[in-house]
Amino acid sequence: MSAVLEVADLAVRFRTTRGTVNAVDGLSFAIGEGETVALVGESGSGKSTAALALLRLIADPPGRIAAGRILFEGRDILALREEELREVRGGRIAMIFQDPMMALNPVYTIERQIGEVLALHAGMGREARAKEVVELLRLVGVPAPAERAKQYPHNLSGGMRQRVMIAMALACKPKLLIADEPTTALDVTVQAQVLDLIQSLKDRFGMAVLLITHDLGVVAETAHRVIVMYAGRKVEEGTTAQIFKDPRHPYTQGLLEAAKWEEVEGAMLREIPGAVPSPFDMPKGCAFSPRCGAALPRCRESVPPLVEVAPGRPVACFVAQERAS
Amino acid sequence: MSGGRGGVVLEAVDLVKHFPVKHGLFQPARHVHALDGVSFALKRGETLAIVGESGCGKSTLAKCLMRLTEPTGGRVVLLGDDITHLGQGALRGLRRHMQIVFQDPYASLNPRWSIGSIVGDPIRLHEKVPAAERRRRVAELLETVGLDPGFADRHPHELSGGQRQRVAIARALAVNPSVIICDEPVSALDVSIQAQVINLLKRLQAKLGIAYLFISHNLALVEHISDRIAVMYLGQVVELADTRSMRRELLHPYSKALFSAAPVADPDASARRTRIILAGDVPSPVDPPGGCRFRTRCPWKQARCADESPALRAVGDRLVRCHFAGEPGFPAPLS
Repeated sequence: MSAVLEVADLAVRFRTTRGTVNAVDGLSFAIGEGETVALVGESGSGKSTAALALLRLIADPPGRIAAGRILFEGRDILALREEELREVRGGRIAMIFQDPMMALNPVYTIERQIGEVLALHAGMGREARAKEVVELLRLVGVPAPAERAKQYPHNLSGGMRQRVMIAMALACKPKLLIADEPTTALDVTVQAQVLDLIQSLKDRFGMAVLLITHDLGVVAETAHRVIVMYAGRKVEEGTTAQIFKDPRHPYTQGLLEAAKWEEVEGAMLREIPGAVPSPFDMPKGCAFSPRCGAALPRCRESVPPLVEVAPGRPVACFVAQERAS
Repeated sequence: MSGGRGGVVLEAVDLVKHFPVKHGLFQPARHVHALDGVSFALKRGETLAIVGESGCGKSTLAKCLMRLTEPTGGRVVLLGDDITHLGQGALRGLRRHMQIVFQDPYASLNPRWSIGSIVGDPIRLHEKVPAAERRRRVAELLETVGLDPGFADRHPHELSGGQRQRVAIARALAVNPSVIICDEPVSALDVSIQAQVINLLKRLQAKLGIAYLFISHNLALVEHISDRIAVMYLGQVVELADTRSMRRELLHPYSKALFSAAPVADPDASARRTRIILAGDVPSPVDPPGGCRFRTRCPWKQARCADESPALRAVGDRLVRCHFAGEPGFPAPLS
């Protein structure tokens, strides 16, 4: 499978009054054509920052892409000029966010917002645009698309707004869709509709999806491959089946155990003690070591590098690496 | 204080809450039907979960039970006493028996108060005890919820989300309530922290015999923590049964769709099961559909569903609000 996107050693830093924060550190991954890759982590893991960095959407200051390389279809995103970048954004790479109300302009009609994308990236005339907007709304399952096109975001329900955002993202048939918590704000029955929609559109247009989420259920149902992040770093990667059946990093193991609600009826859940460390007060060594039941003395001394413990299974954990060797 | 009958600590009888909607001078008055005839009885030491999507009325239910909003009709009975029409003074005395833990621990704790004042405040309100005794009790409560007693001098902004939710639980426990209403108590917390708080709630229940009314949209979590589950749709209970029976089978088409839509963190299981994808959104609770309220999205609807609204009736060991539930072969598998 040829890679659509290749990220190598990405680092994003934020300068704050309390010091510099490494929001993303040494992140490398690739996404193949038509593949769905999930970036999983808790708040503060750096997953959303990494997604924004892919499109150079990090506000500078206070943020900065401090290191790394982002190759999309062979082009170096970090070396593009502003106008080249604009072609990629919303054209070849589209992004959808958790809260569609924040991403849609409240004073423009749906037709005008989706039409803008078509005018910018496809150079369509007014009439062609109006037709295409209705077609796109129909494609994402908005009922009465011609009437909806004339309405404003506030006229629509949350699920409908998310569909509009997806329609806008699809307007230029992107090669890669970055979806940042696309269903977190939605009810489960609507979430099922939206995930189903993304899946069917992916199959139809062969686009790759980078799914950013904290919901392991959503990951299990949609992703081919999973990257687990903790405190700004990738700690484990594998296929969805590998991650769920044979997690190697103690953090991944803990996350999966803690989410096994239904299997431990009546019994206590296995907890991960403590909380995610503050970025201003990172522990020495492995960032997870203060919460890890298996931590060795060396875990508290140096940061474990990512090492393949099996083919295609990089894990950043001394304990997992020892067990594998 | 007299106890309720048969170990029932909290009872809702046919609760109704309608909110008026602004309307023009010559237009008819309209109402949001937030709750329409909700009844249940919560027993001592039991966890009853209320599940449903946004707009189903689950948070309005919590507010009506706490009398934070006045119900339009029906009754709330706490420990055998009808509290529906009690004045604020009398209500204050009774509130100690029923406490609430909210979803967002960033919004529910006063940022200017120390943790000690937050947790000690219910004791100050409900009991006349010297300050030293109150401080001792606060320290004890903090230890009960797994926090160092030294946290009493800190302020909410110094705490993580999980620690704040522990403080909110300590505050609820301060007056030894019989009932705690938990309104989405972990959904604002990180996954790795949720298990800590859920385990804490379970340990406290085992030790103190508190009953929980557990409001949540996380179905897997609800199956884990509750003894019984009530599924709500557009202001009504559509199915109510033991969690064990619910795990075995679901009888109402909406419950089936809801539970099938919830993503499961197991790639094998999710490949095996059939999801029921409902069309459309939850209809507006202003002018809800006549007849069965779920009929506009129900894949199994029939002519009768539009004409006649189903009653909540007993089918086997449970209550279901559907004309056809319990009939052999219903609902038929979708092609």
